[in-house]
Amino acid sequence: MAVYFQKREVVVPGQLLAEGRYRASFGTYGEDGKIFSSLVGLAELRGNTVKVVALEGAYIPKEGDLVIGTITQVAGNNWKVDIGGPYGASLHANNALRRPYSDDISEYMDIGDVIAAEVIAFDRVSGPFLGMKGRGLRVLQGGMILNVSPAKIPRIIGRRGSMINMIKDHLNIQTMVGQNGRIWIRAPSIQILRLAITAFRTIESQAHTSKLTDRISEMLAEEMAKIKESTKLEEEESEDYISEVEESLEDSHEDAESEPELEPELKPEPEEEESAEVEAEVEENEEEEKQTEEVNEE
Amino acid sequence: MSPETKPDFLISPEGLRVDGRRPDELRPVELKVGVLKQADGSASIRQGKTYIIAAVYGPRELHPRHLTLNDRAYLRVEYRMATFSVPDRKRPAPSRREKEISMVIANALKPALFLEEFPKAVVDVFIQVIQADGGTRCAAINAASLALADAGIPMRSLIPAVAVGKADGQLIVDLGDEEDKYGQGDVPMAIIPTTEELTLLQQDGSFNREELQEAMQMGINACKYLHELQKESLRRAYVKKSPEDMDDEDDDEDDDDFDDDMETDLGEAELMEDE
Amino acid sequence: MGDYSTETISHIDREFISDLLRKGERLDGRAFNEYREIEVEVNVVPAKAEGSALVKLGDTTVVAGVKVLVGEPYPDSPDEGVTMVTAEMSPIASPLFELGPPKEDAIELARVVDRGVRESETVDAKKLCIVEGKKVYMVFADVYPMEYDGNLIDASSIAVNAALLTTKYPEMTIEDGKLVETGELLSLPIKNVAIESTVAKIDQILILDTILKEEFVQDCRLTMAIDRDNNFTAMQKGGGSGPISMELIDQAMDMALEASKDLHKVVEEAVKSVE
Repeated sequence: MAVYFQKREVVVPGQLLAEGRYRASFGTYGEDGKIFSSLVGLAELRGNTVKVVALEGAYIPKEGDLVIGTITQVAGNNWKVDIGGPYGASLHANNALRRPYSDDISEYMDIGDVIAAEVIAFDRVSGPFLGMKGRGLRVLQGGMILNVSPAKIPRIIGRRGSMINMIKDHLNIQTMVGQNGRIWIRAPSIQILRLAITAFRTIESQAHTSKLTDRISEMLAEEMAKIKESTKLEEEESEDYISEVEESLEDSHEDAESEPELEPELKPEPEEEESAEVEAEVEENEEEEKQTEEVNEE
Repeated sequence: MSPETKPDFLISPEGLRVDGRRPDELRPVELKVGVLKQADGSASIRQGKTYIIAAVYGPRELHPRHLTLNDRAYLRVEYRMATFSVPDRKRPAPSRREKEISMVIANALKPALFLEEFPKAVVDVFIQVIQADGGTRCAAINAASLALADAGIPMRSLIPAVAVGKADGQLIVDLGDEEDKYGQGDVPMAIIPTTEELTLLQQDGSFNREELQEAMQMGINACKYLHELQKESLRRAYVKKSPEDMDDEDDDEDDDDFDDDMETDLGEAELMEDE
Repeated sequence: MGDYSTETISHIDREFISDLLRKGERLDGRAFNEYREIEVEVNVVPAKAEGSALVKLGDTTVVAGVKVLVGEPYPDSPDEGVTMVTAEMSPIASPLFELGPPKEDAIELARVVDRGVRESETVDAKKLCIVEGKKVYMVFADVYPMEYDGNLIDASSIAVNAALLTTKYPEMTIEDGKLVETGELLSLPIKNVAIESTVAKIDQILILDTILKEEFVQDCRLTMAIDRDNNFTAMQKGGGSGPISMELIDQAMDMALEASKDLHKVVEEAVKSVE
């Protein structure tokens, strides 16, 4: 019985990980009593089980995943949804709308709409199938979508949401993190948006390192301080123009401490969820329930 | 465009090759992983003057649909040479030679890939030869293996490849362009390093049986060396991404939470799943 | 590369960029008339190409190579050499590019880049004659994108010009009815240099050097080839079927003229680096 890797070691495909009575789990394969890595990743030993945590890879859907997708087609009572990865997804109207609903389901959601949905079924033969009847699942409006490597999403969320919550606290952004590598972000200003993007991209490239949460937290604190400094200066300079500013309704003030912008047509945004698995962290929110119901009823 | 001239000898009286190498010596090899931002996985290789970039997209949805396989992903390789990669400009449209080499490369890589993980999908491997100076299909396989690993495609192992041959009666490893053109034989080969099984084997020229077996053994040895270089370049890609001020000494102190954080954070998605 | 109206771009992607622009912002913080960082490296294929250049325009990367061959002139211009520029949208550069024969936008890319060179008469065809009616030099410049994040045209134009201006080829002459090298290395006879600058129109806003996300939402674009004397030598409206007013065209021309100076400087510096 022997194990041939160290904690946190980056292993490569074909690397011998263990020999003897061990179990080959994700990211590994067994041959002649030996266990080899099949991926580039971090090797891990849990009891008798050897696995490799992937550092790269396409999105393979799993039941229960929260995903962010774009509707590409309306076919009868089904929407076809692009969620990235090799498998196109389907959303049936029964899993998104309250009956009775109109014959033309494009009235509720149409091509180009971005949705936060849940994977309700997937096997390699058919699917994945999506549903939108959970809390917080809805059509997303405004903001932007950032694409990151799906393998890095767990690190972006962090253990029990530690990383993503830290980022939200620093930046005061709204965000939803899809397991399929898509992150929806709504930030109060373009500077904060760029900072959020930088944070996510940094985590993406350093996902295999330790003390990452600390580093990101420090970086965000520094940068937010700079932003607050510069917006304070801007405020002082523009005191003379306040009346003109008040007349232009469209742009909200570029001030980091203001509330996130609200879309005029929608009800106030509910608290966002990091993932279906991290429900414990999400605050109960009446408005959220209402929002979901509205999607179902529309 | 300048008419190429055949060298006077391929092996000098001192036993050295046209570029000064010994018969069993490889050209200098430089491998880099993750060189392209758009591709899911990528790698570049310089082997002597040969310079090739490989990119992998996938697994992704396959078009046209009629190519889909029900129980596994379809591996599609496209090997293309830039028009300016060779002295006599290569016409831009794909040639029959390129198509054959594409197929041969696909066959060399397929045994290493767990394509059954992604039924109906496609794994696309694009190989762009920027400068061709002999041994391009082998160099392409070396880079493509890394690009596949970089893309997270599950593999049994990386696949190293090399061309062995014969010049002036002497068996040589890693043919350069002139040795390929004017030598007495060319044997491109690729292996699965753990088992030493061959996934690519072609031969032209003239070898007697003993010569051929010896040549292939030289090839296997050279492949094993290349395999070490491949593994190292893959690991290096991740060491490079670490922040510079990461101090190993600090890791053990007060860091248990974060130790767990990193591995379990990355693996949280998999904790729920069982094979 | 231009017209994305048939791709499913999400509403969020569409609105996000337009919203930013209306607020006077671009995602990467650039001004509307600002180019991304441009890196040019020449002689990247020194062993096989007569000229070559690697250009990075932000995250868009292209490689251009030049081959100079000897061939027969066209019958209607017996004392002139031939210059041909091609470009492809190789699938290696983006998940949006498909395998197979070039589609409309790939053909447009090639022809627009070619026109930029041909219409400015960059290479002096009359000075490419070896034997009138029989032998002339033929100059082929080919562009291969490696990474696509918007604005392939300008990146390709910079690359082709940098490659042509640093091309060196052996001088040929006829001796006893046969083509022989004289031993001299020549530079291409350059008459004029025009570099293409592309302005995109989104609603009523004009921006230079679009990234991919911006190209998704553009109504159309205007590519202008401008030479060192500020003359327009070629123009093309493309990248979407939206119409554009004379007023905006005027504004676009101003933007391109302004930017052109820097583009020429970038190419000149690259050329100087190898003199």
